[in-house]
Amino acid sequence: MKFARIIFANLSRKKVRLLLTIGSFAVALFLFAFLYVVNDAFQRGADVAGADRLVIINRTSIINPIPLSYRDKILRIPGVKVITHNNWFGAIYKDEKNFFPQFVIDPENQRQVFPELLVPDDQWNAFVKDRQGAIVGARTAERFGWKIGDRVPLMSTIWGGGNWEFNVYGIYHGKRPQDDDTQFWLQWDYFQEHVPERIKGQVGWYVLRLDSPDDAVRVSKAIDAEFANSPFETKTETESAFAANWVKQFGNIKFLIITIGTVVFLTLLLVTGNTMAISVRERTPELAVFKAIGYSDRAVLFFVLAESLIIALIGGTIGLLLSMVAVPALAKGLNGLLPPLVLSPSTLVLGLLLAMLVGLISGMLPGLTAMHMRVVNALRRV
Amino acid sequence: MVKVDGSGGQSSLIQVRDLDKTYRRGGEEIDVLQGLNLDVEAGEFVAFMGPSGSGKSTLLNLLGGLDVPTRGHITVAGDEITHMSGGRLTQWRARHVGFIFQMYNLIPVLTAFQNVELPLLLTKLSKAERRAHVEMALGVVGLSDRMHHFPRQLSGGQEQRVTIARAIVSDPTFLLCDEPTGDLDRKSADDVMTIIEELVGRHHKTVLMVTHDPVVAARASSILHLDKGVLVEGKHASQLTGTGGIA
Repeated sequence: MKFARIIFANLSRKKVRLLLTIGSFAVALFLFAFLYVVNDAFQRGADVAGADRLVIINRTSIINPIPLSYRDKILRIPGVKVITHNNWFGAIYKDEKNFFPQFVIDPENQRQVFPELLVPDDQWNAFVKDRQGAIVGARTAERFGWKIGDRVPLMSTIWGGGNWEFNVYGIYHGKRPQDDDTQFWLQWDYFQEHVPERIKGQVGWYVLRLDSPDDAVRVSKAIDAEFANSPFETKTETESAFAANWVKQFGNIKFLIITIGTVVFLTLLLVTGNTMAISVRERTPELAVFKAIGYSDRAVLFFVLAESLIIALIGGTIGLLLSMVAVPALAKGLNGLLPPLVLSPSTLVLGLLLAMLVGLISGMLPGLTAMHMRVVNALRRV
Repeated sequence: MVKVDGSGGQSSLIQVRDLDKTYRRGGEEIDVLQGLNLDVEAGEFVAFMGPSGSGKSTLLNLLGGLDVPTRGHITVAGDEITHMSGGRLTQWRARHVGFIFQMYNLIPVLTAFQNVELPLLLTKLSKAERRAHVEMALGVVGLSDRMHHFPRQLSGGQEQRVTIARAIVSDPTFLLCDEPTGDLDRKSADDVMTIIEELVGRHHKTVLMVTHDPVVAARASSILHLDKGVLVEGKHASQLTGTGGIA
């Protein structure tokens, strides 16, 4: 394009200012990507939740158990296809810093309720044959260098204390990148053998699959009605609602992140808008010359907007490239403390579009000023 | 021959009739030009002189389509420009007017070649054709060996010569020079005026020039004097050199 040389020549006239402006975009877009993936990680529970799954917890709190005997009663409610139960194990591997989520599972129904977490059949069959068997998420296995056949000791802090030993029989993978593959699964029977008598026969929560997602409201009401006025009243909700409520315990993360993001972009807009305004003001006589020798008002506007868009594009790309390096590193460092951090292509595209929007807006006002300036007045400023 | 009484015929390249320009400043109306008539033939070299505030630059801006009159008409090569829309006037300027400014007004981040090429980027000329035109224009002003220098690497006189090359590269109908030597030393001014004379004499360009300098004005074929918005014929160039200039 024959005007590219003019645009790039103008861009490079104040190199320090150019670098700082590009740097502002890079930092802002890096922050955007970072905040977006964190927010996404918190909200994703609701998004990846099975539409046909319900979670049943004790009405008082999730830390209060529910009797195992509820399982058969729940299964009798029309619309319930399959049900499984879990307990939070919460043990320590060598050091408290080595956190990863551990769940007691019901081997009979786990895979039917969570089909997105894939375990090869041969591994699964070996696992169910040994009460001390364990299945480990791929990321946790990689983190500690565990492989099939390893013996893993865990120190229980909740269930009567002491060392529990497990044999790793399988590694599971999530079907989708956003699936959590940091969990450690142990068997209900082994758990029952070792917990104190008062805890036996109590599950942390149930998860069930419905025949149809349309039955969710009816089945939820039926389950809660079934156990109303009992010592263990239940609270049944869709998995997505459960995930959303879980996130709410941390505070209004989404609001916080949106507020920070908005402030970052408004600041960026002010910084770049001011920079572009100064840049155009300094060049007023030159822009007047362009108009005098036959360049149209629109051409002048185009030059200014092209400059601000190029700055936005370069800065935004740098910021997003940095985030592509930083987010996986951060995700690895978090070790399952947060749900998986996933920087998706759609996030990168959204970031780039946002950068270009900020570039467009910041260049628009000085661009319009340049477009509408009177050549005669501008030439007098020389 | 240039005329200021409105008696010129249709053959004039530039025809100005009953031109008024009034500025409003702080609620007060200031008449800068009043009932001005002018006829310039093709190939003439006209110098406008007059005290500061007499309306010289305003007249040049009106003739160049950079400003619009309050009343009256300007016709250039058959085009009535006073009622053109902004967009059409811009196109008209690109085709018909070459501007030479006192402060050169080169784009500092572009080389001499790139500065001269600017008007040609608006045309459909190929890159090779543009190059040929630019090299020719820079050759006319004697800067073939400086075409890849940036303005900061050139002297004031050389910068003004680049401005002249930029003004002539698209072969406009006429050139408007606003104090072309106002910022130059005598030697450089002389060089620039020699080039402008050659443009008129050898290349048959029509040049309208505003200047305060009687020595520079003496190089023109006609001198017009503006005072209080009224245009009067001044002394001829040949008479000026002997009298020490126009008062």
